Amino acid sequence: MLDVKADAASRQAVGSPDGEAQPLVVEGLSHTFGERHALRNVSFQVNRGERTMLLGLNGAGKTTLFSLITRLYNHRSGSIRIFGWEIKHKPSEALARLGVVFQLPTLDLELSVAQNLYYHAALHGLPRSEAGARLRREIERVGLTDRLREHARTLSGGQRRRVEIARALIHRPKLLLLDEPTVGLDVASRQFLLDHVRMLAREEGLAVLWATHLIDEVDADARVIVLHQGRILAEGPVPEVIRRANATSMREAFDNLIGERSE
Amino acid sequence: MKPVHYYRCLRGIVWREALRFINQRGRFLAALVRPLVWLLIFATGFRFVLGVSIIPPYQTYIPYQVYIAPGLLGMILMFQGMQSSLSMVWDRETGSMRTLLVSPLPRWYLLTSKLIAAVIVSVLQAYVFLAIGYFWGIHPPHRGYFTVLPALILSGMMLSSLGLFLSSVIRQLENFAGVMNFVIFPMFFASSALYPLWTVRQANERLYYVCKANPFTDAVELIRFALYGKFNLEAFAVVGGALLIFMTLAILGYDPGRGLIARRGGNE
Repeated sequence: MLDVKADAASRQAVGSPDGEAQPLVVEGLSHTFGERHALRNVSFQVNRGERTMLLGLNGAGKTTLFSLITRLYNHRSGSIRIFGWEIKHKPSEALARLGVVFQLPTLDLELSVAQNLYYHAALHGLPRSEAGARLRREIERVGLTDRLREHARTLSGGQRRRVEIARALIHRPKLLLLDEPTVGLDVASRQFLLDHVRMLAREEGLAVLWATHLIDEVDADARVIVLHQGRILAEGPVPEVIRRANATSMREAFDNLIGERSE
Repeated sequence: MKPVHYYRCLRGIVWREALRFINQRGRFLAALVRPLVWLLIFATGFRFVLGVSIIPPYQTYIPYQVYIAPGLLGMILMFQGMQSSLSMVWDRETGSMRTLLVSPLPRWYLLTSKLIAAVIVSVLQAYVFLAIGYFWGIHPPHRGYFTVLPALILSGMMLSSLGLFLSSVIRQLENFAGVMNFVIFPMFFASSALYPLWTVRQANERLYYVCKANPFTDAVELIRFALYGKFNLEAFAVVGGALLIFMTLAILGYDPGRGLIARRGGNE
């Protein structure tokens, strides 16, 4: 009962679910595995039409944070709300509004590209006819229409990633999560992904949370969250974070922030 | 989420499992060759060693290959169940488990759908085996081919849910070899699949009780009776009960708040 009340109260605080609610609000999130603190009191939000880059070294807690937001397992303290829906109490409403590209490749290599996309649409309960129209549109936008009938195994790493982005958008989420999506990709594929996601945020108002350990991927018109050893060291528009860290570039700002922490 | 969403999701999961199975022809052949080797070679060699007297549901003396046919059907269901659990561990390592679990449908439903898909594939295999077995002297009554269906489905669900539960506990694919040694082989040999339990009792009383307690024995007996149009209540109750227990454990294993995934975390 308490949970329900708390949930209702927390929803009121950010408006009714959907409506005016923020795409993603994380508040006071902590998580431990045994003795190890993976996340400590993490709070941030992701806004409509904005790209938020979650920057951190390996082991900073990015994957734990993504696992909690996608509800691979539950958080124990704090809250995660997707368009006002607390993921722990209303997982169905929250997950329906969420698109995810995981760090590991997750295409089924035994199936064709189209079959992979249909499978995803079915998992979201979409009828086959509607799924067909949507997946053709998404696959066209990533320039792979002619590969639709081919086995996923025949695609290159970069092409597989593009299919995964198309797949993540089939159920028309308003919030897109990407967990180090460019790892292992060549320069051209990486640039394509960055441009495509920038376009999605700008033209379709998609809210994006993009985890990375590559400082080059954090461009000036994005927001950035610097995560280190499970804590947020800085958050805000990139130019502001650079200024506050008394730096001239994001790389320098990052080094300064991490350095202060280690001293 | 409305019922139609649930239906579409189930259909999608079954369709994927079927496609995967068709695309992997080697897997289909391997799954079929295994019980056929037992039937065509082992049973032929042993027909003169083991005499099978008249025991229910049989009404006459029966050749050995007729006796072990239900056990081999059970073997198909067990291997298929474990294979799908192997694919779950594999899915988890490769990440495609993650895509399943971010579906907005409830997790217990996703796991049950996965289970149903695996059972459909294994029941089809069981019928292919019965068709080949027909030419090897396995002639159950015609209606037996229909009455065995519910027994195959229930036993298949039980064995697949055991596999599903194991997949939630096994951290890595390498541990699957252990499952073969410590689960599949003991379950198969300590059962009534290859020899009637009264022969076991004569040889070793303690082993007899182990075989009696093994739910795989009940799965085999349920299939054996159903193949001859008869219903074995005891076997049905044990298989049904074991299904409930394994399925509950599997759902708890994948529960985001309680399961092993939650305690151990993802791969950081």
